[in-house]
Amino acid sequence: MHNFDYARADSTRQAVSSHGPDKQAAYLAGGTTLLDLVKIDIMRPEQVVDINRLDLKRIETLNDGRTRIGALVTNTALARDERIASDYAVLSEALLSGATTQLRNKATTAGNVMQRVRCPYFRDGVSNCNKREPGSGCAAIEGHNRSVHAVLGTSEHCIATHPSDMCVAMAAIGATITVEGPEGQREIDFLDFHLLPGDTPEREHALKPGELITHVTLDAPLDNSRSHYLKLRDRASYQFALASSAVIVTLEGDTITDARVALGGVGTRPWRAHEAEAALKGQKATEATFQKAAGIAFKSATPYAHNAFKIPLGQQAIVRNLTTLTA
Amino acid sequence: MSDHHKGDGSGVETFDARSPSRRRFLKSMGASGLAAATAPAWAQIAQAGQSQAEPVEPRDDGAPAEGEQQIRLTVNGVEHTLNVTPNAVLLDVLRDRLELTGTKKGCDQGQCGACTLLVNDTAINSCLSLAVSHDGDEITTIEGLSNGDDLHPVQAAFWEHDAYQCGYCTSGQIMSAVAILNDDNIGSDDASVREAMSGNICRCGAYKNILAAVQDARGRMKGAS
Repeated sequence: MHNFDYARADSTRQAVSSHGPDKQAAYLAGGTTLLDLVKIDIMRPEQVVDINRLDLKRIETLNDGRTRIGALVTNTALARDERIASDYAVLSEALLSGATTQLRNKATTAGNVMQRVRCPYFRDGVSNCNKREPGSGCAAIEGHNRSVHAVLGTSEHCIATHPSDMCVAMAAIGATITVEGPEGQREIDFLDFHLLPGDTPEREHALKPGELITHVTLDAPLDNSRSHYLKLRDRASYQFALASSAVIVTLEGDTITDARVALGGVGTRPWRAHEAEAALKGQKATEATFQKAAGIAFKSATPYAHNAFKIPLGQQAIVRNLTTLTA
Repeated sequence: MSDHHKGDGSGVETFDARSPSRRRFLKSMGASGLAAATAPAWAQIAQAGQSQAEPVEPRDDGAPAEGEQQIRLTVNGVEHTLNVTPNAVLLDVLRDRLELTGTKKGCDQGQCGACTLLVNDTAINSCLSLAVSHDGDEITTIEGLSNGDDLHPVQAAFWEHDAYQCGYCTSGQIMSAVAILNDDNIGSDDASVREAMSGNICRCGAYKNILAAVQDARGRMKGAS
């Protein structure tokens, strides 16, 4: 692994000033993405700022009912937190469906938000990849694009899925990302944080150079809601989603009064399906309603040579999840 | 971790002081040369068993050179002061600097689990960890589980259930098993154990015996605590 300068930060401010606005610096939390990609020479930071000693490991319930999660809360700690497991079951389930025990023990909340794509053409270091070498093209579009390639939100420059399960649950719940940077603190709506590839697939998120995520604050849970994360994949554990759904619903009798739907494994970013939600609200909880909403969620989908199956699979992920939740 | 050493020894009769660890055996082979190599296998084992494992002495690198960071690691209860470059990986420091080669390097990318060890009692992939990030941490490797020749209950169960073939993934499997058996959040049913152990890949496919060993060890650890 290539060498780099190393600084351990004792405060958020110190972390930001050690990093500076230089793009060749990287913040190190759990390291499960960063060190992996440095080892295979895809990321080449000249400066690593270790933020593991910062006081960002708490989960707090705020007075307005929201829940504030420190950037360094591990995926294990977040999934096992009693408040998260009871008020945001979809998030706990999503976290526990991702990676492995020992990776979840290292991986952090902010690191999960910042994880890079799993497209093999991005990781191989030689194929054309607009994320790695802007302007070089996208080998996935004409290549092997079955498992970690999207049908929603793609462009002619990149079709890689965002790999996170946690972020799909957060997209459904609604959240705010707090960042600290050279110009101070600001907040970013979770749904605006991950960028569509468009013409600039090398730009993956809304952070300005040098900005550090300090917290993710979840919206207050919907009253009397129930939620579930359903992940469909090639094997039962330790595999990225082919299609997944995070669904939150509230019911009055057999009528759906509110619904949140987000999708994983099918989109270039954690995919909130607003139009599908609108098709559920006020409707009877029947399979016909679910099928209609699922169809709407994928009406703008673009299949590629090997991943057209993700459209019916993703629709099934919505229908089955809603069926389970409203049974 | 002291609870792990309270095993009553039941079921470990086949493993006595004359049965060497593979590492001790290989070290002895190197030292005893040709005479040992020409002796029958059982005699080599008996001879090897007479030498004790060398204890890991505390290491102190002194003042760090330019470009190095000084860190303190407590590994299996022994505190070391080491100088490492920022890109030194915890797994490599343990294997190459402290000669604790029980922790294995498999994929070196966080995908196989062979490098699993405990940091402050939590199982992590040591291949995706910078040594410098673990300054001040307490690390337990496979070498730190047994109490002399008394195997940890999980080691004893792996031995009895033949929970390996080539053995390369075994130390990672055992370290994961130790962590999940001490974690009340992880269910005790077979499905929960399989899910919790899915980060440890066994290319020989010894999963059935691994599962049996973990479940057997659960009973032994409960009986011992």
